[in-house]
Amino acid sequence: MNLFFHLGRYFILIKRVFSKPEKMSVYGKQMVHEIDNIGISSLPIIAIISFFMGGVITIQSAFGFTSPLVPLYAVGFTVRESMLLEFCPTIVCLILAGKMGSNIASEIGSMRITEQIDALEIMGINSAGYLILPKILAGVLILPFLIAISMFLGIFGGYVMGIATHACSAYEYIFGIQYGFEPWKLYYSFTKVITFAFLITSISSYFGYYTHGGALEVGKSSTSAVVYSSILILIFNFLLTQLFLT
Amino acid sequence: MIEIKRISKSFGDRLVVDDVSFTFEQGKTNLIIGESGSGKTTIMKLMVGLHEIDKGEILYDGLNFPTLEVKEKQEVRKKIGMLFQGGALFDSQTLEQNVRFPLDMFTDMSPAEKIDRVNFCLEKVQLSGKNDLYPGELSGGMKKRAALARAISNSPQYLFCDEPNSGLDPKTSIVIDNLIQSLTHEFNITTIVITHDMNSVVEIGEKVLYIYKGKPWWTGNGKDILKTTNPELLDFVFASGFMKEVFNAVKEKNG
Ligand SMILES: Nc1ncnc2c1ncn2[C@@H]1O[C@H](COP(=O)(O)OP(=O)(O)OP(=O)(O)O)[C@@H](O)[C@H]1O
Ligand SMILES: [Mg+2]
Repeated sequence: MNLFFHLGRYFILIKRVFSKPEKMSVYGKQMVHEIDNIGISSLPIIAIISFFMGGVITIQSAFGFTSPLVPLYAVGFTVRESMLLEFCPTIVCLILAGKMGSNIASEIGSMRITEQIDALEIMGINSAGYLILPKILAGVLILPFLIAISMFLGIFGGYVMGIATHACSAYEYIFGIQYGFEPWKLYYSFTKVITFAFLITSISSYFGYYTHGGALEVGKSSTSAVVYSSILILIFNFLLTQLFLT
Repeated sequence: MIEIKRISKSFGDRLVVDDVSFTFEQGKTNLIIGESGSGKTTIMKLMVGLHEIDKGEILYDGLNFPTLEVKEKQEVRKKIGMLFQGGALFDSQTLEQNVRFPLDMFTDMSPAEKIDRVNFCLEKVQLSGKNDLYPGELSGGMKKRAALARAISNSPQYLFCDEPNSGLDPKTSIVIDNLIQSLTHEFNITTIVITHDMNSVVEIGEKVLYIYKGKPWWTGNGKDILKTTNPELLDFVFASGFMKEVFNAVKEKNG
């Protein structure tokens, strides 16, 4: 019952979000602002995490591949596959769900409890569209770029760490990351990223928009936003993987 | 002109607005007064559709607002300016952006015209030159005045003010009251003001609705209120010891 209530209200909200904007130019400006706010500001944390994850996967796999039957270029291959298929599109998005989700839900939630959303409505503005659409579009637009950077830095981190710790040679690593590359897998990865971007921004907006009460409830909304975005990312990750890879 | 006809509203099983009817006249400052918690803000929110009424009609120049489609409601709302009890300024925007917001949304003014209009409104509420401050950097009274500037920036046809001068010193209160009244007269606005301030009631109350526990208890104009014999209203008006003494002194003097 509760689930259906939330689902129904979520879809009604989404419908309002995608109704025709009052004034394109204002929405455009909002979107640029959101790209900066929810996207660019996440770059440092993503860069650091990806670099070190790439490095650690390199060391771990070099450590694990002790059999002479496994060639050393398998290290590069492993780093590439895990970065491209799972770490960057899913794990990094989960991390972003924490950062962006709580940011979005608390921003919209505090606007709700201080009557700023009511003020928008009174002016005759579709508050759902004005507040949420720019966030969703900004997220869907900027996340693929962030994840592409993350992929690059992960593989680069593996290279640097691999050489620094003598886990493998530069030649083997570079051979490995090119070995058996299938471009359509990127299609799978970025479909996931775009889906997750939509889930994070829309679910977090939903919890913020329907906040009732005071500061305490804003905190609760932002927790729910992170929890539910994460759960849905995991569910959709499973579904999309089934769809693409079987 | 806005007419409310027999509107009622409950939250849960608590009846907060009980069968209220009133006509808010165009070109006049219409006041809603009453104790804290008597349902004034709720009536205002019902009128603009932030709460749904349980029963009754709300007519904006004949249009029954609650029955309108979303788009039609938005059209009416574009003509509404509203000052919220808590201000409800947009935190992430400067004062100038706040006041300019309705202009950005709904007019085709050039940037220069918008700035002129913003400065004009800020000057009216005595906040000239504060354009670049954020709401977080304003005092409580300044927030109120800034919110009023935003409410009037797009020349509304209907102006709602929820306690425009609570938190202001007596002198600024009078300035704000006079501003609201002069705008009302000059632009023939239908203005609804909620207030606790007896000074405002007497000065600008051209039509007054006194709400007692959610019910319409007394109507009249601000000057009549001093002659009322309604016991609850007397209690409300002469709540302070000082006012009671003045009242008795005047009574004695006049016999
Ligand atoms: N959203 C709501 N949900 C439940 N009850 C509410 C809600 N809004 C107001 N109330 C209740 O309705 C009653 C009237 O509230 P309202 O805000 O209209 O009072 P008010 O006359 O504006 O008081 P004040 O002068 O203090 O602002 C109060 O008892 C309040 O608890
Ligand atoms: Mg109130």
